[in-house]
Amino acid sequence: MKKVFGRPLSMKNNPFHYCAGCGHSTAHRLIAEVIDELGIRDITIGLPPAGCAVLAYNYFDVDMIEAQHGRGPATATGLKRILPDRIIFSYQGDGDLAAIGTAESFHAANRGENITVIFINNAVYGMTGGQMAPTSTLGQKTTTSPTGRNTTLDGYPIMMSDVLAMLPGTAYIERCTVTTPANIIKAKKAIRKAFQYQIDGEGFSMVEILSPCPTNWKMSPVEACRWIDEVMTKQFPLGVIKDRPAQEKKREQKGN
Amino acid sequence: MNKVLMQGNKIIGEAAIRAGCRFYAGYPITPQNELPEYMAENLRKIEGGVFVQSESELAAIHMVIGASAAGARAMTSSSSPGISLKQEGISSLAACELPAVIVNMMRGGPGLGNISPSQGDYLQATKGGGHGDYHIIVLGPASVQEIADLTMDAFDLADEYRTPVMILADGMLGQMMEPVVFKKPKPRNYPEKFMMKGAGGGKSKIIRGLILDPLDMEEHIWKLKRKYQMIAEKECRYELYETNDAELILVAYGTSSRIAKGAIKRLRNEGLRVGLFRPITLWPFPAEGLRELAKKVENFLVFEMSAGQMLEDVLLALKGKARIGFHGRPGGVVPTPAELSNVVLRKYNRKDGLTEIEE
Amino acid sequence: MLVKTIFCGFGGQGVLMMGYTLANGGMNAGFNVTYLPSYGAEVRGGTANCTVVISDEEIASPIASNPENIIALNTPSLMAFQNRAASGGNLFINSSIISIEPTRHDIRVFKIPLADIAEKLGDKRTANTVMMGAFMKITGLIPPDIFLKSIESVMGSKKKEVVEMNRRAFEVGFDFLK
Repeated sequence: MKKVFGRPLSMKNNPFHYCAGCGHSTAHRLIAEVIDELGIRDITIGLPPAGCAVLAYNYFDVDMIEAQHGRGPATATGLKRILPDRIIFSYQGDGDLAAIGTAESFHAANRGENITVIFINNAVYGMTGGQMAPTSTLGQKTTTSPTGRNTTLDGYPIMMSDVLAMLPGTAYIERCTVTTPANIIKAKKAIRKAFQYQIDGEGFSMVEILSPCPTNWKMSPVEACRWIDEVMTKQFPLGVIKDRPAQEKKREQKGN
Repeated sequence: MNKVLMQGNKIIGEAAIRAGCRFYAGYPITPQNELPEYMAENLRKIEGGVFVQSESELAAIHMVIGASAAGARAMTSSSSPGISLKQEGISSLAACELPAVIVNMMRGGPGLGNISPSQGDYLQATKGGGHGDYHIIVLGPASVQEIADLTMDAFDLADEYRTPVMILADGMLGQMMEPVVFKKPKPRNYPEKFMMKGAGGGKSKIIRGLILDPLDMEEHIWKLKRKYQMIAEKECRYELYETNDAELILVAYGTSSRIAKGAIKRLRNEGLRVGLFRPITLWPFPAEGLRELAKKVENFLVFEMSAGQMLEDVLLALKGKARIGFHGRPGGVVPTPAELSNVVLRKYNRKDGLTEIEE
Repeated sequence: MLVKTIFCGFGGQGVLMMGYTLANGGMNAGFNVTYLPSYGAEVRGGTANCTVVISDEEIASPIASNPENIIALNTPSLMAFQNRAASGGNLFINSSIISIEPTRHDIRVFKIPLADIAEKLGDKRTANTVMMGAFMKITGLIPPDIFLKSIESVMGSKKKEVVEMNRRAFEVGFDFLK
């Protein structure tokens, strides 16, 4: 009989501890599938962040080294510079990448470090219990913005993908989500492209995934997906934000 | 080998490269800038050598974590305020049992302080510095030659015990030049199994400091503790100077130990029997060597370019066994041997002056 | 024997290089030496100084609060450092640009018009070597041959005419003071 569905080889046989409807599980699986498909399991090193995904090393069956909160891209820089032929991915949340680790993320991107960042944006601090994130949307109620995010007091949601896309060091940045099968397929394609670009030595690649957090949003999984599609994507539009290699290719073809 | 006249900061760079250091990350801060500059110029010339000017001290230490995990001998350097920023990563290195060398060319503090030589970071360096239950090995060179020797030793110790090692010197040792001869580095002996290079067809590895089960975490900490005890038993280093007939022993490390030697020469010329106990490892603190001296000598005077930090270790080592006094010049002041000899003279002639800091 | 010397002047006058050369010469003559430059914010204002200690014993402090010798290349440095000199010490002054008189009377003062001498020699860059010639004549710290070798190794120049020019400058400085 032909096996049509199974656990990716780059995934350990451990049940996820994530909440029902959480986007981490889907994102993990997509990354593992891509690692399998690209045949890079043996040369891949992952960096889980602080946050709910801190235990990602219980799920990925690749070498994993924990990064302190926000420092993933710095630690990844050290690894990649010593092991330039290994594939390094840093898995980061919104607090990690857009608040406490903004400097590390920004400068790794600016140096054009040849690494891949998977940026899980769920507009909230999940692990610590639902506090406001730098990406919380305007008016979003969290435990530290109880009356809703207010620009005067709390500033604006940061669009890190758009910010990083302005840096010449970044090769590829796409924003995806995992709310529907179609979106999940798109997200996987994006992750695959990001890893492929790293293999090709194109420089910094990042996939932002708008990811549901039903528990802290106090919604059902279905409502959470709907909130992403209807509210969050207004603030964070989906799509390719930058694809330098593709643009270069296009330009070359035009030139010919 | 040839004797060369080189600056302390640059010597660390050269000794590190000779010892096989292949990764350096750092952020500029006075008075240690010549070290990153040396690495930028010279480490990048070497095959596989990586120099990164990081966006912050914080990023630098986390780059070092990555490079160390990847199997490279890795180093970062800074001065006091920058070392405070690095503490998160140093705690992480200790937790994950990763080797690394961290250089602190101390300056006056707290806060931004000033850029003059100081010894105000002793407690931060030797008592942990970052959060959690851990120690790092701390080496306190007193000359440029010793900077060269201890830099090489630091990499060996870091590998042997899989721990961060700090070289704790100050702006004066970093800035000054003295003749130096580089010793031959030992070949590296660090098992491949501790390096993270991708699973390579085998079982995947995890490097982490997060251990959520308190009992498991406790076990990890006791394991670290046993390692620290072993280090304390095996690695204590100190120098004795003119102690044979001494009636009073100065206790000083680094720059202040040099000044102490100058003072001792003056005092001996006047017939006073004064000696020096100089800790070379600041952690582990060579308490046993000090207690050995206390069997023959009653009077000790701790001298530091701080308000009294190593003093605590001396008190712990000698409490109830000797009279202990203290002279300190914090804030970036470098006292002269003449000043110190005057202080000693007063205490020597009026030995009850030495009891003043006991409870 | 323990001799401390402070070199001071404008940044760019070669103050640090002079000190470095002396320290190198001391090392090559078999002494213990330390060389300590001013650093950080101190040097950003355009003044420079360094301290060289030469001794046949272990050197305690590379800092000189009362140096035996001071070499002052400009007026602000003279004013800043002359009071530090040890009583009975030596003060060497670049009299080409220092027109004020030192206020100390308990030290020996040597005035050498460096720019004028160097110009006569045909190379302004030899001014500092002229000073070192005069300095060695008075202090006798290092045998001239060893010092000249050190200049050559520090400058890293193999060019015969440069080596020869420095040798001449040193001799002229040496002979200038009686």
